[in-house]
Formats: sequence, structure tokens, C-alpha cells
Amino acid sequence: MNAPNASGWKPEMVADDGSVQPMTVSGDKGLQLEEPLIFELNRAGQTGVDIDAPKRGPVAGLSKFLRKAPAALPGLTEPEVVRHYTRLSRQNYAIDLGPFPLGSCTMKHNPRLNEKVARMPGFADIHPLQPKHTVAGAFEAIAELSDWLIGLTGMAAVALSPKAGAHGELCGLLCIRAAIEAKGEKRHIVLVPESAHGTNPATAAFAGFRVESIPATEDGRVDMAALISRLGPDVAGVMITNPNTCGLFERDLKKISDAVHASGGYVYCDGANFNAIVGKVRPGDLGVDAMHINLHKTFSTPHGGGGPGSGPVVLSEALAPFAPLPFVQREADGRVHLVEEEEIASTGHAQSFGRMAAFHGQMGMFTRALTYILSHGNDGLRQVSEDAVLNANYILRALEDVLEAPFAKAGPCMHEALFSDAGLASGFSTLDIAKGLIDEGFHPMTVYFPLVVHGAMLIEPTETESRMGLDRFIASMRSLAERARAGDERLKTAPHFTPRRRLDETLAARKPVLVWKGDAA
Amino acid sequence: MRYLPLTPADRTAMLASVGAGTIDDLFADVPADALLSGPVEGLAPHASEMAVERHMARLAGKNLSAGAAPFFLGAGAYKHHIPASVDHLIQRGEFLTAYTPYQPEIAQGTLQVLFEFQTQVARLFGVDVANASMYDGSTACWEAIAMAGRVTRRKKAVLSGGLHPHYVGTAETMAKFTGDVIEARSPVLSAQPDDAEVIAAIDDQTGAVVVQYPDILGRIPDLAAIAAAAHAKGALLVVVVTEPVALGLIEAPGHLGADIVVGEGQSLGVGLNFGGPYLGLFGASEKFLRQMPGRLCGETVDAEGKRGFVLTLSTREQHIRREKATSNICTNAGLCALAFSIHMSLLGGEGLRQLAAVNHDRARQTAERLAQIPGVTVLNDVFVNEFTVVLPADAREAVRSLADKGVLGGVALGRLYPQDKALHAGLLVTATECTTDDDIETLALTLADVLKKGA
Repeated sequence: MNAPNASGWKPEMVADDGSVQPMTVSGDKGLQLEEPLIFELNRAGQTGVDIDAPKRGPVAGLSKFLRKAPAALPGLTEPEVVRHYTRLSRQNYAIDLGPFPLGSCTMKHNPRLNEKVARMPGFADIHPLQPKHTVAGAFEAIAELSDWLIGLTGMAAVALSPKAGAHGELCGLLCIRAAIEAKGEKRHIVLVPESAHGTNPATAAFAGFRVESIPATEDGRVDMAALISRLGPDVAGVMITNPNTCGLFERDLKKISDAVHASGGYVYCDGANFNAIVGKVRPGDLGVDAMHINLHKTFSTPHGGGGPGSGPVVLSEALAPFAPLPFVQREADGRVHLVEEEEIASTGHAQSFGRMAAFHGQMGMFTRALTYILSHGNDGLRQVSEDAVLNANYILRALEDVLEAPFAKAGPCMHEALFSDAGLASGFSTLDIAKGLIDEGFHPMTVYFPLVVHGAMLIEPTETESRMGLDRFIASMRSLAERARAGDERLKTAPHFTPRRRLDETLAARKPVLVWKGDAA
Repeated sequence: MRYLPLTPADRTAMLASVGAGTIDDLFADVPADALLSGPVEGLAPHASEMAVERHMARLAGKNLSAGAAPFFLGAGAYKHHIPASVDHLIQRGEFLTAYTPYQPEIAQGTLQVLFEFQTQVARLFGVDVANASMYDGSTACWEAIAMAGRVTRRKKAVLSGGLHPHYVGTAETMAKFTGDVIEARSPVLSAQPDDAEVIAAIDDQTGAVVVQYPDILGRIPDLAAIAAAAHAKGALLVVVVTEPVALGLIEAPGHLGADIVVGEGQSLGVGLNFGGPYLGLFGASEKFLRQMPGRLCGETVDAEGKRGFVLTLSTREQHIRREKATSNICTNAGLCALAFSIHMSLLGGEGLRQLAAVNHDRARQTAERLAQIPGVTVLNDVFVNEFTVVLPADAREAVRSLADKGVLGGVALGRLYPQDKALHAGLLVTATECTTDDDIETLALTLADVLKKGA
């Protein structure tokens, strides 16, 4: 049996506050379990899969290509593997355990029907290159999702192949670039507000544009006058997040769109926060030319500890001809078919800017999102945004007397409430409140973003939190805000009750250890 | 509305507590003419769980699933048996419904898995380091080309004709916008991969040489020779692996001189899913670490000196560097990486070797059986679990006729290369541990029948 402390640390008798903690030989503390790396559990040659022996060896020509030795990978039996990952899972926070109030990033409840549907063999066990007539139901499901996304956004078309939100941003900007080139123009500037998520400028640069930053007004919105004065024959377009990352609706978006269009540019809308307005507002009515939708955020697909994502992009009439391959097309008679390289010439899609990835997109996410959409319907999706916005305002008003809320006096917020660190005791920061929230049993809010507010705390509860759950969260936040204002030193060493205390991120970056080398000779 | 916990009474009380008369008071910033007065027209209202499940099952039922037919497709997506424990474990809510591990104290489960995953990928590929995964193989391939450009400060990439055409297409799309120069070529129906042509195309403007291993036709290029030629001109060798199971049998690319190794990880732990979500594998030599794209998980210690894990080197990434980032990628394929890692942990190095050997054995039996059909030629001398046969007619017709008889017989090269008529007789056939003797016999008899009728 392997030593439970193979990872090299020893249980301590005395904690950092001087109190005596009970010590255990194993390092575990009741249900708080330590777990070595899978490599430290390895026994050479073991495997957890029974595989039939081959009848014959390799073909003659293969001998010069054969591996000299099996890869140095740990093999364990099934009970050991199940226990390893189950023990690790218990060191994670998850939406099944409590809210993820991560503003502009968050997750809502992940319905389990989505999982069941995505695993139906007719969706999960079909190959992307099967003859098309053997996967008619898959194309129908994709077309149904397309119809919903087009209907909910009021746009002309949707490109489904982008693999995640940032990939969708890229898709939208490549459509803009292709449209500009088709007109024979040379526009190389993209305007991005300073409150934008970091992917916006990174994407614009990746698509070959030069990024210029647009300031925010004092009420947390894009400075329309500054933006419009910068428009001209060198500007390809703007990237605007709406609702924005301060949790505010960009009131002037339609006027901005009109001005951008008049100057020959295009409007990209970052749809990360579409969950605040789905069923209430159609971006197409605001003059948007392209917008990605993060299926996990608005349509409840699981985030799985960091993906996979899926980032369909809805497009205006002006940009639709440039959409990437492949896509699903519905004919006048209702039949659905796939347009890929084979069909572009015959179907009049020669302006497509090409392929962004292998195959047809994140089908497993499409089926989950469609299942969620059908469950809610057009009435339920409207209720989703209304409840999300109501929950956020409930938090905003319950905390604004103990935390500085820079935009709260001017009016309501949308789906997320923004606070700053003004008023905390000297030496106390947003990070201390975030780590204190962990001890309270909650995942922290988004911190230090957006950059336009000092020590930002961006709280997005979503519609799937109950009022009782919000009250519990508010009680914890009020307590923490008061402790940080009063200078409670215990907060600076939080979290105290987690499997690990604050981790040394500087050490990790200064001396990167990215792979295990414990068996190196 | 089974997913919405607020009751009508809650809503009324909460509106009062925030000082709003109606819900639309909270949408006051939306211009009046843009605020919808009711549900979006033309779309259906909410439905019960049972009704939705029935509807989705009806759509799923119209598809012929791989498990319901003799199945021989590959070309970048493979049907392997996934042990039951893999899907069970990834559905634990603590994994399935966790967000990106931004708060490491309450995400050590995900982070330790990513650290183990990175180590597994690095060892599988025979390279120093690997990242926490990318969207898929095709996007990882482009990211590798872009990274080689940053390292060498050269804009030209030489692509082997053996590289998956969707990967070539993805790179060509991106290069149009970044100004990189992609020199691609079509494959030729020959037993030999195009190593000599690739080597001849490398010049001192070349930053990346991109070779798939095994290649799209199932052939195995001589990586050591190509690496030597690339390095002699100051270029980096990027090796693309679309079928990681093959590396149970053939040498790891990193041991043969590859500088960057990328791949599609779907074969382990992740189902076919009609093309996604999959996971991109990305490994490289440690000296290029600061130019790598994507999330990286690193080891560190906590305030008590205990080992722990964090996301690290984020100064490469978009949320810090904005327009100067190494990539705009903002996610990985976390759940698919977890599935890959669990499957890999069950297999181990020895299990992977056995799995690859069985795959090869099944493919060898399939190739030998198909070679007995009049008019059918097996192109490859060498292959692992995927090979090309040449038919007397356009293979797209044969594939369609096979499907009509309930056999999913392979990928016609005409589907992948519609413009290249010289390839249209080619049929790409893959066998895995799932392929039975009966499947092989059914394919052979049905193909013989289809070809006889077509003649």
C-alpha cells in the first residue's frame, strides 16, 4: 500500500493562529480527504481494462516504427481509479453545492435531462462523417436550435461551428473582415471599450486587426461621443458587450450601431451576458451584425471545470454570406441539409470565409442547449431573464449600504451587481472578502474585473437561486463587508476551512512545475 | 417552470424590496421600442420533462448510431469502447458542474486532474510539457503553427499532404487573416507518405513543418528524417496525432525529434458525439513554454506548505495580456480532458499497448479480407488501425450503398477532397477493438455485392 503522505507534507499539531489542531496519521480529517497523484499510486504493468489478446502480431513493415517501451503511464484497477477520482471530486466546489456568483462568467443550474438526452445513442454515438442520410435527425436537431437562436436574437443566420465563446468572437470578426475585403476596402481598426473582457482585444488582434480602446463614461457605459468621433474609413467596427461587464444595459447601442453602419463599419456584440435579456430584447433590433452566445451561460450546458464551451454566432443579413463552413440549411420544403466543402459551389455559398475547425461544431452542447430551450419555451426564457435581473437587483440593494456600489444610485442593474473596495479598512482588499466567502461555503464573485472599478466585485446570482439562498448569501456578504471595514485580521488568512489554504501563485509562475517528475532517475 | 425557484410571492416581495413597481422597471435602460412586450412570437411555450425527452428521442431515433451497425469510420474521430466508470465519474456533480478553477482552494479536484492530465499527455507524446487542453485537434494544430511562427519569427508553414483536410482548412482560414503563408499539398494514392516532398519544400523561410502521424491515409511518415531536415533549416517540426491509441504501438513523436506535438484526444474517454465536443492535446519542448497557448496548471504550495495546484503562467493569456496574448483562447475542454485522463488511468502504459495491438490486429484482418474482393486494392504496406483501399469506382457511391444496407463502411475520400478527382476511388477504413469478426465479414460481403452491382 502506498503511503498516504507520499506527497511529502506532514500533518501539523499547531495551526497558524496558535491553536492546537487534532492530528491524524493519515492526513485526512474525517470527510476531508487527501489524495496522492495518480502517478504515486502506480504499480508497474497494472491495468484496469481487460483487453482480448490479439491473434497475431504487427504487419512486417511496422517493426521499424514500434515503440521501444510502453509509455510511462500509471495503470490502476477499476476500484482504485473510481476511488481516486471520487476523492478528488470532493475537493471541488460546484453549482450542485451552491451558487457560482461569478459576474459575467457564471453558471446556472445544469438540468440533468440535458445530460440524459446528450447521451442518447442517436446523438452520442454517431460519426461526423457518416453518410448524411443516416444522420437526418442530427441535422434536424441542429436546425431546430438554429431556429430558436435566430428567433430569440432577431438575426438573419447563425454559424454553429465555433467551439467556445472566444472562438465565436473570432468567427464574428472574421465575417467582418471577409465582408470588408469583399467590398475592396481596407479597414484595420477595431474599437473596444475598456470595460471589455480580455478575449475581445485578443480576438481582434488574432483576426489581424489593430485594437483601439474606447473610454467609459462615469455612469459605467461606453462613451458614445468618443466612439463616434473615432469612426472613419479605417475603422472596421466595434466590439460592445451588452449588457456590459458593469451589469448595465448599453442604452445608446442602437444609436452607436446606426453611426457605425453609416461610416461603413460593423457592430460585434459580445453575447456573454445574453442571459440577462433573452426573451426580453432581441440584439437584432439594436443593429447588431454579429453576436456569439455562450451556450453554458445562457442555455445551461455544463462547464465541467473549464469547458467544453460552445459559441454559436448569430449574424445579420450583411454578414450571413460570409459564415464559416459547415452549416445546416433549411429548404423551403422544410428539409434540412448540411452544406460543407462538397456543396459550396452548388448552393451559392462561395463567399464563406472557410472552415474554423474540423467537423460540425459541439453537437453534444447543441443537444443539451436545445433540451433546455424546449423545456423553458419562449415564455420560460423570458421569465429566466426577469428572475436573473430581479435576483441581481435584490443583492445590489441588500448590500449597497455596506459596500460601495458605484453605479447603483443612477438606477437598477441588469443581471449582475458591481461593487468596489472603497470603504474597506486600510490593508484590506477585495481578495480578503473573496477568500472569506470561501470559508462561508460560497464560491467568490468575479474579482478585480471589470478594470474600470477599483477592486471590483462583480456578483451574478442567476435565476436558479432561491430567495432563501440569496438571503443566506447576503447575510454572509454583509458579515464579511463589516469585518473588512472593521479590519478583522482573521480575514487576511482566509480561507481556513478548505483542503488547501491560500496557494503561492508567484512560486508557481516563477518556477513552473507543469508535469510530475517524481519517478525521474 | 421546474428550473426557476422564485415563487410569484417571492417576486412580488423582492420587487417591493428593490423599490420597483413592475419587473420592467428594472429594464428601464432598454429603449422602449426594443423591449418586447411578450414572449418572442413564433416559438413554442415551455414543455414538461417527459415531452421534451420524447421529442429529443424521436430526433435521435432518426439517426443510425455506430453501435447499431458494422462500423468502419475514422478520419479524425474514432469509435472505441469507453469503460463504464469513465462516464459515471465525469457525471459526478463536483466535476460536471464546477466552473473554471479560478479559486484554487476550492478547486483542487479539477486542478489535480489537470496536472495529472498534462503529465499523461506529455508522456504519451514524449515531450517535456503539455497544456490543460484546447478545443480540439484541428484548432490545436493551428495554434501550434502560430506558436512555431512566434518562436522562429517566420511566417511560412509547410504542411504534409497527409494532414487531415479539415485541419488544413482551419489553418488556411486563419492564415488568410494573420498573414501566415500555408504551403499545403494534396495527398496522392501511394503506399508511401510524402516525406520527400515535404523535406524538399522546407527552406530558410519555413517556421513550421506539419506532419500527421499516422497520416490521413493511415501511412506512417519517417519523423526522424523530417525532423532532421526541419532543424537543419531552423524550422520546428509540428506533429499531429489524430488517433492517440496508435501511440500505444508506434514510437512517441517527441522521441523522434518533434518540437511541438498536438492531437485530437477524443479516442480516449470521449464518444463520437457527431464531431464535438472533443479535446485538443498540446505538448511541446520546455524551452518554448512561454510561447505556448492555453491554460496551464502548475504545482505550488499553500500557506501551510502543503502541495497544491493552481492555473499558472497566465501572463501569456488574454485576460492579462489582452491584444498581446499568445492566443485568444479562454477555456479548455475540461470535462473531456477529465474523461481522457480517467480512461488513460484505467489503461496505463501497459493497457494502452494492449489496446493498440488489438486495434492493429482487427485492422490487419479487415485489410486482408477486403483485399480478397475483386477490384479492391489495399493501398498501405504499413498502418496501425486505419488504412486506405482503392475501389474501382467513386467510393462515395459505395459508402452510400453500404449505408443503405445497414453497413457504415468507411469514409470516402471524395467527402474530404471533393475537388480532387484523383482521390475519389479511395475509401478510408478504420477498425478498433470494437470491430468483430462478423462486422468484417459483413463489410466484405456487402462491399463485394455493392461493387458487383455497380459494375
